[in-house]
Order: sequence, then structure tokens, then C-alpha cells
Amino acid sequence: MPDKHTTVLDARAVARTLRRMADEIVELFDGTDNLILVGIQRRGVQLSDRIADILDEREGVKIPRGSLDITLYRDDLQTVGPRPVVGPTKLPWDLNGKRVVIVDDVLHTGRTVRAALDELADFGRPARIALAVLVDRGGRELPIHADIVGKRMDVIDTDRVDVMVSELDGSDGVVLARREDAA
Amino acid sequence: MTPPLGKDLLALEPLTPEQIRLILDTAEPFKEISERAIKKVPTLRGSTIVNLFFEASTRTRVSFEFAEKRLSADTVNVAASGSSVSKGETLVDTARNLEAMRIDMVVIRHSASGAAQFLAERIESNVINAGDGTHEHPTQGLLDLLTLRDHFGSLEGRRVCICGDVLHSRVARSNIWGLKKLGAEVGVCGPRSLLPSAVSELGVHVFDRIEAAIEWAEALNILRLQLERMQGGYIPSLREYNRVFGVTRERLERAPRDVLILHPGPMNRGVEIDSDVADGPHSVILEQVTNGVAVRMAVLYLLAGGSPALAEAAKGASDR
Repeated sequence: MPDKHTTVLDARAVARTLRRMADEIVELFDGTDNLILVGIQRRGVQLSDRIADILDEREGVKIPRGSLDITLYRDDLQTVGPRPVVGPTKLPWDLNGKRVVIVDDVLHTGRTVRAALDELADFGRPARIALAVLVDRGGRELPIHADIVGKRMDVIDTDRVDVMVSELDGSDGVVLARREDAA
Repeated sequence: MTPPLGKDLLALEPLTPEQIRLILDTAEPFKEISERAIKKVPTLRGSTIVNLFFEASTRTRVSFEFAEKRLSADTVNVAASGSSVSKGETLVDTARNLEAMRIDMVVIRHSASGAAQFLAERIESNVINAGDGTHEHPTQGLLDLLTLRDHFGSLEGRRVCICGDVLHSRVARSNIWGLKKLGAEVGVCGPRSLLPSAVSELGVHVFDRIEAAIEWAEALNILRLQLERMQGGYIPSLREYNRVFGVTRERLERAPRDVLILHPGPMNRGVEIDSDVADGPHSVILEQVTNGVAVRMAVLYLLAGGSPALAEAAKGASDR
């Protein structure tokens, strides 16, 4: 059965949302001192780079960037079947005492963020870790919340929220895919 | 999701080019873990792996052990001497007893060709061949491929010559299979007494003179000359071997291009390879050792857990 697709954010809305998220990061940390942006593979990395670009331009700084692949820290590896592809982790910074913002595309169950927190701890002890997501779709299975949210969505379990970034998907956008037989 | 690798890794011969590329691609992100301050990820937490080494080995055993520990597996080392094996217990009995203690994987090194497969057919655990007789040493082949790929980008059309005792070498066999599957041209060079009699049927170029091999090749994989070969009458003397087949700086300087130098170790300096070649600017011998850990982590990751039934159950589950 075909899914029904609804555009939630178009490319311009994504750009606007990322600018606001960048502003909120500066506000939250009262500046950009000791700040590091870390995107979660895959689409969190591109979003993290966009936000870092905005910060670099607006604040006249060069924000250190990293990327995190959480596959090896997943809590379902024993049950997930054929092995998920492992992407690169690049975090060539000393995280001790730093202020880290984890950036991801969609916050859902919270399990990815749990894995990311565990992985970050293996790189050092940041003074603070914050979470910024483009979309919060609810449905948490762990006590995890985002500090900065681009768009809050109220969706049902069977819905899929797809974030697209031009580097990987040709264009930016957020699409809600709902099954035809869903309520 | 990745295409499956199967239960065991016994040899490169039965693998498809896609499966070999999968292992090499998976090894890439594992390199970074060994550069971290805390060189450990929780991926194989709770898995128990037995390293069953019926033959002496330092490099391979330590490399597997690092790979296992960096993935958080629990490991036990069993060496043939000082174990029940020396009391005459058969391979299968040894493995079944270990399996009765609920292990998940066995890494086996054995002097008999086919020992790994023999074991794999009789136990439930995943089996990884760490070298069986003169058959194959697949993880060594894979780490050689990874090292070559790091330098060449793609192996398609690249010319790699394996030098030395090809006849008795499981490293040579794994290399020939792996290189050919990834599209490289393969040469072999050594005394006729140390090349298989049907060597041309392997689809490789055969060089009787090391100078000709060096002129042709973009990389040399120089095998260790096992000193017992001299007693076996395969070569007249080590000095003679070095004079005719030794890879020396003088010989390399006459090459029309830079030639990458690989050696699976342990080296006999001054026999198959001279010191100034082993330590020279085109030697990637220590990169091979570093890559060995990453490749073995990749193999452990790809083989461990993940049964087809569980995969079906997990289908459609959210991964966010």
C-alpha cells in the first residue's frame, strides 16, 4: 500500500529553522566559548555542519566539528540481524571541559542519543552536553529530552518522518509519510 | 543493512568480491577506534571468544586478541602445549568441551590444511580461520588487501607480485584469491622448487628472476622463507637465496617506479628482505600490522550474532 507523503518543512523552512537553532545554541551557552558541534551519522552530520557554518559566520568564530557513528554502541546489536553498516566517527578534539552539542535529524525513541552519550563518554568528560534536533516526533522510550528543537510533531507510531539534506538526497526538507490504512 | 557473510570465515576462495569489499569497507571505521584514548567499544559485550592456537603465533594471536578486547568480548587463549591437546584429545573433542562452556566464537590456527572447516562443520559457534596448514590465512590476506587499497585506492588492474615460498604459503594462497577477486594482476616469483607445479593454472604471471618481478610490479608481498625449507632440500643455502631472490635496495633502485613493500612477518632480515628495504620509505610492513587489528575487528563484528530469524523479527523496527 502506498504511503501518503506530506511536506512538513520545505528547503526554505529548513534553512530558517536551522538559523533559529543556531541562535538558540548561542543563547543557551551565552556565547560560543569551548563549544563543539557533533553530528550523528548520517543526516545529523550535515545538519550539524550547517549550524556550525551559521555560527562561524554570525559570531566570527571557527566552531570545531565532529561526527559520531553510534552503530557499535546500539543496544539492539544482538537482535538486529544482518550487521548495520558502520560509518566514520571523527572527533579529533579533547572533549574534557568542553561544551558539546549533539545534533541529530529526528528525535524519536531516544535510543540513538543514549548510545551517543555513551560513546562521547569514551572520548572524555565534557563540562556539558546538550542535544539539538531538527524534528522531535515524540515516542520516547528513555528519559531523554532535547534542549533545542527545530520542529515538534505529533505523529502516530506507524508514521515515518524523513529528513532530507541536499548533500545526500538532492534537496533539503522534512516529509511525513503516513500509511494509507493508518488512522 | 549489509549482505551476510555467513557463519564462518574459513578462506577467501569462496567469498564474492562484494563480500571482500564489505569486510574492507567495514574495517575502515574500526581503524579510528584504535586511535582513541579509550580503545574500546561495547559492541561484543557478553560474547565469549576462544583463541585456539595449535601452532606457535605471536602476531596473529595478539592481533586477534586486541581486536576482540577492543570490541569488549571476553577472550580465552588455549595453546596446544600445556593443554589437554597435548594429552591426545582430538580437535573436535576440545572444541565440543569448550562449546559446552557456552562460547560464541572460535579463532583457530592449526598445522593441518582444512582444520578450520572441519571444526566449522561440527560446532555451532562461529569459526574464524587464523591459518590452516598450507591452505589459507584469510585475515592476513584481507589486511594485505586493505593496506594495498589504502595506497592504491582501487586494486583494479594493479600489479602485485608475491615473492618467495609460494608452495608452502597459506598467506600466498589467500592473497592470490583476494587480489584476483578485486581485479588486481598477480605475479609470483621464487625458485621453481618453491612454486606449486601447476602454478600457471592459478592465472598468475610467473617470474623466475626477482629483477623481472621488480620491473613488472607496483607492490611486492615478500613471504617469509621458513628456515626449515633449507633442511628440506628446497634451496641450497640462505646466502644463495638472498643473492638470487633477496629484495635489496640496489634491486629496487633499478625499478622504473616506486614499489610498495609488504611482508607478513616475521622477517628474516638479510634473507628474503634486506634491512634497508624493510625499514625503507616504501615499506608498509607496520601499516599491515595496524590494519590487521581493524580487519579482524571487522570480521568479528560481521560474523557475531545476528541470526536470520532475529533479523526477520527486527525488520521494520525503528532505529532512532
